Amino acid sequence: MCLGIPVKIVEKKGSVGIGEIGGVKREVDLRLVNNVKVGDYVILHAGFAIQVLDEKEAEEMLSLLREVFERL
Amino acid sequence: MKYIDEYRDSKLCEKLASQIAKIAKGKYITLMEVCGTHTMSIARYGIKNLLPPNIQLLSGPGCPVCVTADADIDKAIAYAEKENIILTTFGDMMKVPGTFSSLSTEKSKGREIKVVYSAADALQLAISNPEKIVVFLGVGFETTIPTVAVSILDAKMNGIKNYYVLSMHKLIPPALRALLDDKEVCVDGFILPGHVSTIIGVEAYKVIPEEYGVACAITGFEPVDILQGILLLVKQIVYGKPRVENQYRRVVKEHGNPKAQRLIEEVFEPTDCEWRGLGVIPRSGLKIKDKYSDFDIEKKIKIKIQKRKKNTRCICGEILRGVKTPLDCTLFGKRCTPENPVGPCMVSSEGTCAAYYKYGFNSRAMQEEKL
Repeated sequence: MCLGIPVKIVEKKGSVGIGEIGGVKREVDLRLVNNVKVGDYVILHAGFAIQVLDEKEAEEMLSLLREVFERL
Repeated sequence: MKYIDEYRDSKLCEKLASQIAKIAKGKYITLMEVCGTHTMSIARYGIKNLLPPNIQLLSGPGCPVCVTADADIDKAIAYAEKENIILTTFGDMMKVPGTFSSLSTEKSKGREIKVVYSAADALQLAISNPEKIVVFLGVGFETTIPTVAVSILDAKMNGIKNYYVLSMHKLIPPALRALLDDKEVCVDGFILPGHVSTIIGVEAYKVIPEEYGVACAITGFEPVDILQGILLLVKQIVYGKPRVENQYRRVVKEHGNPKAQRLIEEVFEPTDCEWRGLGVIPRSGLKIKDKYSDFDIEKKIKIKIQKRKKNTRCICGEILRGVKTPLDCTLFGKRCTPENPVGPCMVSSEGTCAAYYKYGFNSRAMQEEKL
C-alpha cells in the first residue's frame, strides 16, 4: 500500500503539478514537498509527491556499484 | 522508465547476489522485510532464488491491509450499515474478511461503499454529495497518513461539514519493537520500508541496532535496491556491526520529510492499537486530535464493537510475525486462494500469501522452505 513511483514533473501551477511516467500524465499534489521545479522527479503516492528524488544520489549510487564490481 | 529500469539491471543483480553469497558463506542469516511492496518485489523478481540457501527472507507485518484486526473491519462495516453514510476505502480493503463479513459482501447487499484512489477523492465525493455523510476508512502507515491529514485540513479550511475519517492508521517503529520483544520471532536484520522511511527518516530506527543489536537497512523497491540492501545487512551481521544504513538515499533523507511529519502531528496523536497477529501495541496507532474532532466519525457516531472469535484454521497472524510461512498453512492454495481468500494475507495484493501464490510456490526457494 506504500507503493510510490518516480514521476517527472512536466508542469507546475502553484502547489499542483502534472507528473508524467511512461507517457501517462496525472495531477500531483505538491504540498508535502518544498521547492519542486519542472523537470524534477518526485515519488508519487496516493496523489501526493512525498519526496523529490535526488538525481545526484541516484547516479552516484549506481556508478559506485558498477565501479566496485568492475574491480572484483 | 527513468529511475526504474536502471535498478533492474540483471548483471548488477547477479554480481550483488554472488557478493552476498561470498560474504554470508557458512552463516545462517534470517532477514525480515516489513513492507508489502518489498514482499511483492522479492516474489516478482525471484530474489529468493538468487540468494544462497543460508539466507532466509521472512515477511513481517508490513501490509496495512493484512494487519487490520477483525474488530476494525467489523467497525467499518457497522458504519457502512448506517443510513446516509457513504463509506470510502482503498480498494485493497474491500475483500478483507472481518469476523463474519467483508466490505465487498456488504456492498453487494446494497450498502454505499466506494473505492477511492486517495483521501482527496473521498473529500471530493463529500463535496459533491452534501446530503450524505462521507467516511474515509483511514488505513495505512506513515507514507499514507500525511495525505489523510491534508484531506482533514482541506475539509476544515473549506468548511466541509460532511467529511469524516475513521482512523485506523498504524506506525511502523512500535511494531518493530513489539516483534523484537516477542521471544518466538528470530530476526538478524530488517529490510526497512523505503517509503515509510521517506516520511520518518533514518533516526526513527536507531533504537533497533542500539537496544536489540539487530541490523537495519532502509531499502528501495527495485531488484538492485533490494539486493544491495541485503548485502548491507549481511555485512553488518557478519562483521558484528549492526546499525541503520540507508540504501535508498536517492529518496530517503536523514530527517525524513519534516513537512509531512508536522502535518501528521497537527492532526493526529498516538494511541494504543490492535494489530492482527501482534495484539495490542502501545502507542502504535493514531487517532484524530480533539481540535479536529469535527472530522472524526467515532466522535460523531459512537459504535461499540463486541469482540467475537472466528473459527478458521487461518494462520495469517503467525505469518505476519514471521514465525510461520504460507507453506505451513493447511488452507494455502486449497481452500484459500486469491479468488476465495480466507485470510487477509491472501486478500491483499501485497500480502505474503498472495505473493507466494502468484509468483510460483514451486520455485526452488519455496521448495527448500518446505523441506
